[in-house]
Amino acid sequence: MKLELGYIYIEDIQFGPESKVEKKTLYVNKDELISMLLEDQNLKSVSVDIAKPGESVRITPVKDVIEPRVKVSGKGNIFPGTLAKVECVGSGRTNVLKGAAVVTTGKIVGFQEGIIDMSGKGAEYTPFSKLNNLVIICEPKDEISPYAHEKALRMVGLKSAVYLGELGRGIEPDEIEVFETISIKEGIEKYPGLPRVGYVLMLQSQGLLHDTYVYGVDMKQSLTTIINPTELMDGAIISGNCVSACDKNTTYHHLNNPVIHELFKKHGTELNFVCVIITNENVYLADKERSSDWSSKLAELLGLDGVIISQEGFGNPDTDLIMNCKKIEAKGIKTVIITDEYAGRDGSSQSLADADVSANAVITGGNANQVVVLGPMDKIIGHVEVVNTVAGGFDGSLREDGSIEVELQAITGATNEMGFNKLSAR
Amino acid sequence: MSKFRVVHYINQFFANVGGEEMADYKPELREGIVGPGIAFNAGFKDEAEIVATVICGDSYFNENLETAKKEVLDMISSCKPDMVICGPAFNAGRYGVACGTVAAAVIEKLNIPALTGMFIENPGADMFKTKVHIVSTKNSAAGMRDAVKIMVPLALKLAKGEEIKSSKQEGYLPNGIRVNFFEEKRGAERAVDMLVAKLEGKPFTTEFPMPDFDRVEPAKALKDINNAKIALVTSGGIVPKGNPDHIESSSASKYGKYSIANVTDLVEGEYETAHGGYDPVYSNKDPDRVLPVDVLREFEKEGKIGKLHDYFYSTVGNGTAVKNAKKYASEIAKELLADGVNAVILTST
Repeated sequence: MKLELGYIYIEDIQFGPESKVEKKTLYVNKDELISMLLEDQNLKSVSVDIAKPGESVRITPVKDVIEPRVKVSGKGNIFPGTLAKVECVGSGRTNVLKGAAVVTTGKIVGFQEGIIDMSGKGAEYTPFSKLNNLVIICEPKDEISPYAHEKALRMVGLKSAVYLGELGRGIEPDEIEVFETISIKEGIEKYPGLPRVGYVLMLQSQGLLHDTYVYGVDMKQSLTTIINPTELMDGAIISGNCVSACDKNTTYHHLNNPVIHELFKKHGTELNFVCVIITNENVYLADKERSSDWSSKLAELLGLDGVIISQEGFGNPDTDLIMNCKKIEAKGIKTVIITDEYAGRDGSSQSLADADVSANAVITGGNANQVVVLGPMDKIIGHVEVVNTVAGGFDGSLREDGSIEVELQAITGATNEMGFNKLSAR
Repeated sequence: MSKFRVVHYINQFFANVGGEEMADYKPELREGIVGPGIAFNAGFKDEAEIVATVICGDSYFNENLETAKKEVLDMISSCKPDMVICGPAFNAGRYGVACGTVAAAVIEKLNIPALTGMFIENPGADMFKTKVHIVSTKNSAAGMRDAVKIMVPLALKLAKGEEIKSSKQEGYLPNGIRVNFFEEKRGAERAVDMLVAKLEGKPFTTEFPMPDFDRVEPAKALKDINNAKIALVTSGGIVPKGNPDHIESSSASKYGKYSIANVTDLVEGEYETAHGGYDPVYSNKDPDRVLPVDVLREFEKEGKIGKLHDYFYSTVGNGTAVKNAKKYASEIAKELLADGVNAVILTST
């Protein structure tokens, strides 16, 4: 399966009478977009705003971040099974508005939604401060359930991203990158001397605000399975969750999965990147046992020599992470796990909720309990008062001068466990 | 600005007093620089100066620990230093223990920053790495130049009271305090590099060594449950509606204690969860699902248990550091014992 990603670089975003991409600028017709989004009967109001790198802007509570993409050729469309009809994606050509993103915000659904600061200290911790963001602010109707509320916001984000992505359909990309996965048999023949490497991608699936969808299937109802890496680049996996903001894998992360990109860089030279094993993080012990049995069984069946395992969330999923690691190592397959830490505000506590000696190769995205003070911003998009109750905040997080004292937990994408960032700890 | 005053602690060997035959050498205070101090002093340039050196034989120190410690500390204190450097001891075991002991005592008793250096396998490293910054050195004095290069800037930072970065950045042995910093490569690239090294059988360093887990033995079964006083304690975040104590949804800094003296059932609208780590819909609809007051009241009525304790304790487990959880648990346990509680049902989520 071969996919070309055509990157159209976006360096500015503005509102205008016509939605279009011109000279690296993304123009958005506000009214057209809003009227399309208001078709959802669960929503009371929708407004849109713009947040650019370096601006004195704070967005909170952030639900999801999505990169605009469009399928130019090849089967299916972006977000199959959720927005587009179910058809296997991951081949042909996909154009990407690189440097732009859709960010969704509005009334908080739960406790786990995050903060994106476009400048200052907070901006250093979130990768989304470097993007030209179109922020969608959605307020739900009063009577709807938290489930309907979450779903409505999820769909608004995806629809907006597809709307913007479509503007890149006829544009000649600035750069094209090609990714190809060959069959198991071809791989063995073509790279006989290279270690066979897989990627075990753990998907959050603990319930409301903790779900992930694969081709529209709620991952908590799926057995562990395999997928082509390029399918993710076309939106086969989308986020329906906000674990803690810092270690939630947004849809943007799934589209730009850093482990997949790094494995492709060494594919054919230092290793043979075979495929991705996707597994869930359910709450029941039986599910944990079954899913980790399956991930190790598939790794063995695929004849892998090594795997990278990435996690989403913390605490309860630490047990899934360690089970996966332990069972795969027991098959004689080498592992590296990517996680983050909850070592307390002073860094002196035990970092994970589970451990095993076989987890001897760990990459960490940093200590999420570290406290940071984020200075006041000129403009707030969303509802800033929620920082007192979100995960990572506390009573008094929001100070009178508008500055915020929070743990890194509250910053969207800060300690990402796919290894998206440079933040780490020792 | 005047220079920081530094006192240097070394053993008989590095002071050129003698080898093993002079290991009983008693503490001596010498003005100025001796032996390896020359390299440190050169490194300090205009910022600091070794004003005195304390020399002590390794056997004397270890065999007369308390006396020697006091003698050395008095000598150091008499020089009124701003900073103390011990060693480095490399792989010399008794010297390492002496350096660690002196440095730890300087920090604790004199409230003056201190720094030492040793090889990771020196027994002094394990004994003192959580109390003192110990720069990781080679296993012999051939590593002096490298050690000085790392110790000088770290010593100056400690003397100035500047922020100490992570062990990897500063070069000290990991001391159990996790410190965040930005790596040069992103995590995914580091992961792939580490996997390639692991597959090729090449050395690699894990970024987080697995901790030793504190496993708790379950308590013995109750002999007479029908007359036992049972308490409910939860990390599932059940609190009276409105979360009066503002227990955090994650990384809880406290726990709550709430009376259920006249409560037979936790109902929607009166209780809720403060926990931010699981789907709260079902526990908000019926908080008994997390804190089973209703069932225990029935058991109480039926005589299956003696009595349900009048109070329940609640905190949020989500992202809460183990150290904090331990602290809350020991406080709660003390109160429960004082209240004559025989057993606890702990519910988690």
